[in-house]
Amino acid sequence: MPDDQMLLRVEGVTKSFGAVRACHDVTFDLWPGEVLGIVGESGSGKTTLLNCLAGRLEPDSGTVAYRNRADELSDIFAMSEPERRMLSRTDWGFVHQNPRDGLRLDITAGGNIGERMMMVGARHYGNIRTEAETWMDRVELDLDRIDAAPRTFSGGMQQRLQIARNLVSGPRLVFMDEPTGGLDVSVQARLLDLLRELVRELRVAVVIVTHDLAVARLLSDRLMVMRDGTVVESGLTDQVLDDPQHEYSQLLVSSILQV
Amino acid sequence: MTARKSKRAGDETGYNFAYLDEQTKRMIRRGILKAVAVPGYQVPFGSREMPLPYGWGTGGIQVTASIIGRDDVLKVIDQGSDDTTNAVSIRAFFARTAGVNTTEETAKASIVQTRHRIPERKLRADQILVYQVPIPEPLRFLEPRETECRKIHAWSEYGVMHVKLYEDIARFGRITTAYAYPVRVDDRYIMDPSPIPKFDNPKMDDCPALQLFGAGREKRLYAIPPYTKVTSLDFEDHPFDIETWDEPCALCGADDSFLDEIILDDKGSRMFVCSDSDFCSARRAEGHTGPMADDPRFADPEPSPREEVSHAG
Repeated sequence: MPDDQMLLRVEGVTKSFGAVRACHDVTFDLWPGEVLGIVGESGSGKTTLLNCLAGRLEPDSGTVAYRNRADELSDIFAMSEPERRMLSRTDWGFVHQNPRDGLRLDITAGGNIGERMMMVGARHYGNIRTEAETWMDRVELDLDRIDAAPRTFSGGMQQRLQIARNLVSGPRLVFMDEPTGGLDVSVQARLLDLLRELVRELRVAVVIVTHDLAVARLLSDRLMVMRDGTVVESGLTDQVLDDPQHEYSQLLVSSILQV
Repeated sequence: MTARKSKRAGDETGYNFAYLDEQTKRMIRRGILKAVAVPGYQVPFGSREMPLPYGWGTGGIQVTASIIGRDDVLKVIDQGSDDTTNAVSIRAFFARTAGVNTTEETAKASIVQTRHRIPERKLRADQILVYQVPIPEPLRFLEPRETECRKIHAWSEYGVMHVKLYEDIARFGRITTAYAYPVRVDDRYIMDPSPIPKFDNPKMDDCPALQLFGAGREKRLYAIPPYTKVTSLDFEDHPFDIETWDEPCALCGADDSFLDEIILDDKGSRMFVCSDSDFCSARRAEGHTGPMADDPRFADPEPSPREEVSHAG
């Protein structure tokens, strides 16, 4: 597939919960290998939007179209649920803010990484094991811990395991919901470094939701600023952060804590 | 002669034939028909309160009650044995409420109700094996959400089953799942074969007898029609295998049956005997002997005539 065709086309996505308008008329395109940051304060609809994009929540109106490996652009909510589920465990990844949501805590690290492979029919233990080891290594987890349950891991390790578990299927699009939230600053920095490396190396497109502008600055090519469910500003990351146009973006940028 | 006129033992209890009322039996039969039509698929049914606690075989007993006829001969086994409390009670239950003949001999039975074993003797096409199932959902311990389980079944997203087997190998170096070992029925549904040892899994494959499964508490029926392909899940480099023992049955010398370990004293002596009591005694009657067959402790006080209860009036 040529890289000049968009991977995801989002048009007029709107989702309300009763009277609460969680996200309203969001439109954008995402290209292969591109990292899009969605920033905004808590409650601005970032996560709702992400869930709509990832097919986890059906929007009230609007379409989310994904270009599959056969180069067909199709509305993910028009396809059948098994097709969508198939996409979400092969072509897509979803990194939860809380790794407990994205991991099987009583299954070993190796089993967690191997699950997606077994989901698509891998039936050779040795191969699954080797691949799991490769990925443990890539996300800088100690190979000795491959048979340990994630509940014995630290928060940072759990998050890295979750990333490995998602990337093992070679996804083309990964959704991340505050992947570094809840981690201390040094662990956060290492994780960001790792993410940036993997994303560049694998040429995977990422939609990353964060309230942390530093995370957005480090990882994303493009930025969307959300407030009250609406996109108030979007553009190249450096452009938005260095020269915010909308008053709310200006407020956000100016409220970054300086040390 | 009409069935109404003949006075049967079952009629004297005041219960309908085989305890359940006819509407309930019809409901269960409809469920069974659906289960047979979709091998391995769990069919919900309106399980009734039975006069025994959940976990003692309420599902199996309802299935048996709905398929049994006056001419049937019933055998009930529990842990492979015909003489354990549960087996004796369920056998007595049907002898009383249905007035049917019961037997301990696999070959003479037309319906065999079981929980933990498939008889060692090969079943025939004119026999039905009824399993009592405690937990019908093979995904239960991997996926707690029932809605999600149903989707996984509906769309054959069964990869998660192998995660369990992966875990076994990762932790113990081999697949340690020894009972309720998941199987794939007719290349479609993954099914929990109730708590039979994996030793019995190969017997389900291409079996001439109809196999019916009833889970009373969980209100599910499922079935394996005769001559259906049943495969046990495994990995290419860790193929499915069954248990083996280092010694033969101490009483009948069988080296191809499932053996129970029995502790004899507090000094560590033990014996291995066939879990299928009918199989073992039949072999001994044929003159096969194991290493401890002559031990006076295990000698039958008298070569008892094998129980043959007839309630036919």
